[in-house]
Amino acid sequence: MKKVFDHLILLFGVFLMIGPIVVAFITSTHEPTEIYSKGLMITWGDHFYDTYHKVLLESGGFTGKVTGLSELRNSFILGIGFAVGKIVLSMLAAYAIVYFRFRMGVIFFWMIFTTLLLPLEVRILPSYAVMTKLGLVDTYTGLIVPLLASATGTFYFRQFFRSVPEELLEAARIDGAGPLKFFIDILVPLSRNMIAAMFIVMFVYGWNQYLWPMLMTTDESFFTLVRGIKQILLVWVGSQIPDYNQAFALAILAMLPPVLIVVIFQSWFIKGLTESDK
Amino acid sequence: MARIEIARVSKIYTGGVRAVSDVDIDIADGEFIVLVGPSGCGKSTLLRMVAGLETISEGSVSIGGRRINDVEPAERDIAMVFQNYALYPHMSVYKNLAYGLKNRGTPKAEIDARVAEAARMLELEPYLERKPRALSGGQRQRVAMGRAIVRKPAAFLFDEPLSNLDAKLRVSMRGEIKQLQKRLGTTSIYVTHDQLEAMTLADRLVVLNGGRIEQIGAPLEVYHRPASTFVASFIGSPAMNLLPATVFNGGILIGDQLSGLSANLPNGHVTLGLRAEDLRLVTQGTGMPFTISFIEDLGAQRLLHGLCGGHPLVVAVSPDLDLPANIRLTIAADRLHFFAVDTGKRIEPGPAPVQPAQNGTETAASEAGMTAGF
Ligand SMILES: Nc1ncnc2c1ncn2[C@@H]1O[C@H](COP(=O)(O)OP(=O)(O)OP(=O)(O)O)[C@@H](O)[C@H]1O
Ligand SMILES: [Mg+2]
Repeated sequence: MKKVFDHLILLFGVFLMIGPIVVAFITSTHEPTEIYSKGLMITWGDHFYDTYHKVLLESGGFTGKVTGLSELRNSFILGIGFAVGKIVLSMLAAYAIVYFRFRMGVIFFWMIFTTLLLPLEVRILPSYAVMTKLGLVDTYTGLIVPLLASATGTFYFRQFFRSVPEELLEAARIDGAGPLKFFIDILVPLSRNMIAAMFIVMFVYGWNQYLWPMLMTTDESFFTLVRGIKQILLVWVGSQIPDYNQAFALAILAMLPPVLIVVIFQSWFIKGLTESDK
Repeated sequence: MARIEIARVSKIYTGGVRAVSDVDIDIADGEFIVLVGPSGCGKSTLLRMVAGLETISEGSVSIGGRRINDVEPAERDIAMVFQNYALYPHMSVYKNLAYGLKNRGTPKAEIDARVAEAARMLELEPYLERKPRALSGGQRQRVAMGRAIVRKPAAFLFDEPLSNLDAKLRVSMRGEIKQLQKRLGTTSIYVTHDQLEAMTLADRLVVLNGGRIEQIGAPLEVYHRPASTFVASFIGSPAMNLLPATVFNGGILIGDQLSGLSANLPNGHVTLGLRAEDLRLVTQGTGMPFTISFIEDLGAQRLLHGLCGGHPLVVAVSPDLDLPANIRLTIAADRLHFFAVDTGKRIEPGPAPVQPAQNGTETAASEAGMTAGF
C-alpha cells in the first residue's frame, strides 16, 4: 500500500516536470495562427516535419544567414568552450593553492572564493568595455574567455585535492614524478568523476548563457539557440504573428543536448559530487 | 646497496618543536635497522628526513658516501613503503610497479622484466591487471613492497608498513619482509612502534625517546642489557618490573625489606629491574614472599600479577605449573638490572666478590649457586 502511495507521489512529480515540456512539444507541431487563436495544444498537429525542418535548415534573421543548425553549433562551441576552459583553469588554480606553499596562498584562495558573491551581471559592463577595447566583440574568444574564471570550480577542485592522501604525493615524488607529471599522471585521472560533474554543470551554464552573448554579438552568425528563440518572438510588428510553433520547436531543441549530456554523464556526476574517498 | 650515515641530525619544525635531536646512526651496507619507540618520538620524522620528504634542519645524511641533504627524493636512490600503502588507485598493479621506472626513462623491455621478477617474488602475478581497490590488505602491502623492489634502490625505507594488517597476516608478512631483505641484501630502515616486530626484524635496534636515541644495539643485546629504564620498560613483553631499591653494604633492600640479593654497588638508592620471565618460583627456602592479586592466562604463558615488598610485580610462569600456596621468588644473579634513580641510566655493578663477603653478612648464605633468593 505504501509502495503505491510512493509511486503516486513520484508520478505526480514526473507529471509536473514533464507535462509542460510535452505540451510545448505538441504545440510546436501546429500552425502559428492556430496557436495564436487557441492557445496551447494537447493534441498532435500535422506540422511536425515542416516546423522542425524550417527551424533547423531554413535561413532566417535579418541577414538571412542564421539557421537552427548554425545556432546549434554556436551553442555547442559556447557550452563546450566554457566547460573545458573552466575545468582547466579551475583545476590549475586549485592545484596551485593546495600543493604549492606560496606567499598569501590562503588570501588568494579567499579572494577567488569571494568572487562567488559577484555574479556576472555585476561586472558585465566593465567586462564588455574591456572586450570592446580589445576588439573582441563578435568573436568566440570574446564570448568565452571573460567568463572562464570559476570560483565554484576552483572551490570544488580544492576540496577534492585536499582529500587526496598526502602519501600519494610523497610516493610520486620518490617515484620521480615532478609537479607537472604528478598533476597529469595522478591528479587528473583521480579527478575523473569530479571533472565529469563539473563538465555537466559548466556545459549547461554555458549553453544557457543569454545576457552575455546578447551583449557581445551583433553579428547574427554568432547567435546561439537561446538567442534564436528570442529572435523569433521579436518580429511582432503590425499584424504579423510570431512563429510560436518555431519558438517552441527551438526551445525543445535547445533543451535536448543538455538533457542528453546529463543523462549520459549522470552516474559519473553523482559519483563526482558524493565520492570523497581517494 | 649502500652504507647510510646519519650524523648529528636534528629536526626543528616551524614553531620550534624539536622532533629529532642529535641523532647519530651509522648503518652498514645491507644492514636492517629498526627504529622503535612510542608514538610521537620522532621515528617517522627521522625516516622522512632520510627519504627527503622533510628537510634536514641540522646535521647531515649520506647514502653510499654521497651527502644527500639537498638532493631531491627521487635522486636519493631510496624507495619507501608507506603505512597506508599509497598505491595509485587508478593504476593497475603493473602500472603501479612500473611508474617509478617509467619516470626514470627505463626501457620498456627492462621494465617488463623487472616487474615480472618482482611479481614472481611477491606472488603477485595473478593480480597484475587489477586495480589496488580489488586487492586485499596483504596483497596491497605486497604491491607496495614490489614498487620498492623494482627500483633496485640503495635503501628501503619502511614506515610502519604492517600496522594496517590483522595480527596473523602481520606475522607472516614480517617473515616475508625479513627474508626478502636478506635475499636482496638491501640496506633497510624500518619504523615501528611494535617492539615484537622490532625484535624479530632488526639486525640492530634503535630505540628512540622524545627525539633522542636511548640505545642502539642488536635486539638481544638491547633485551639483555637495556641502557635505561625507558628501554627496559619498552623492549620485552610483559614490560620489565622496575622496583625502587636500596643498596646497603652490598645487600639490596626492596622497600624496607631485606631481599637477600646482593650487588657490588655503592650504598644508595637504585631502580632494580627484574624481567617477569627471569623470575622463578620456589616452594621452600629463602625466596621472598609474593602475593598474587590476579592471573592472566596467555596460553603459552601465565602472568602472575601481585605484590612483592609492597610493590607491584609481574611474574611469567609456564601455564601447567601448579601454584604452591606459599609462593617465593628467586632470580639468577646475572639477570638483575640496575638503573640510576635520577637519570634512569643503567648501572653496571662491579664483579661479584668470589669469596663470601668479608663480614659474613646474611647476603652470602644463600648464594651458593647462580641463584639468589629474595
Ligand atoms: N609538520 C609538523 N609540524 C610540527 N610538529 C610536527 C610535525 N610533524 C610531526 N611533528 C611532531 O614531531 C614529533 C614526532 O612526530 P613523528 O611523526 O615523527 O612521530 P612518530 O614517532 O612517527 O609517531 P607515530 O608512531 O605515532 O607515527 C611529534 O611530537 C609531532 O607532534
Ligand atoms: Mg609515524
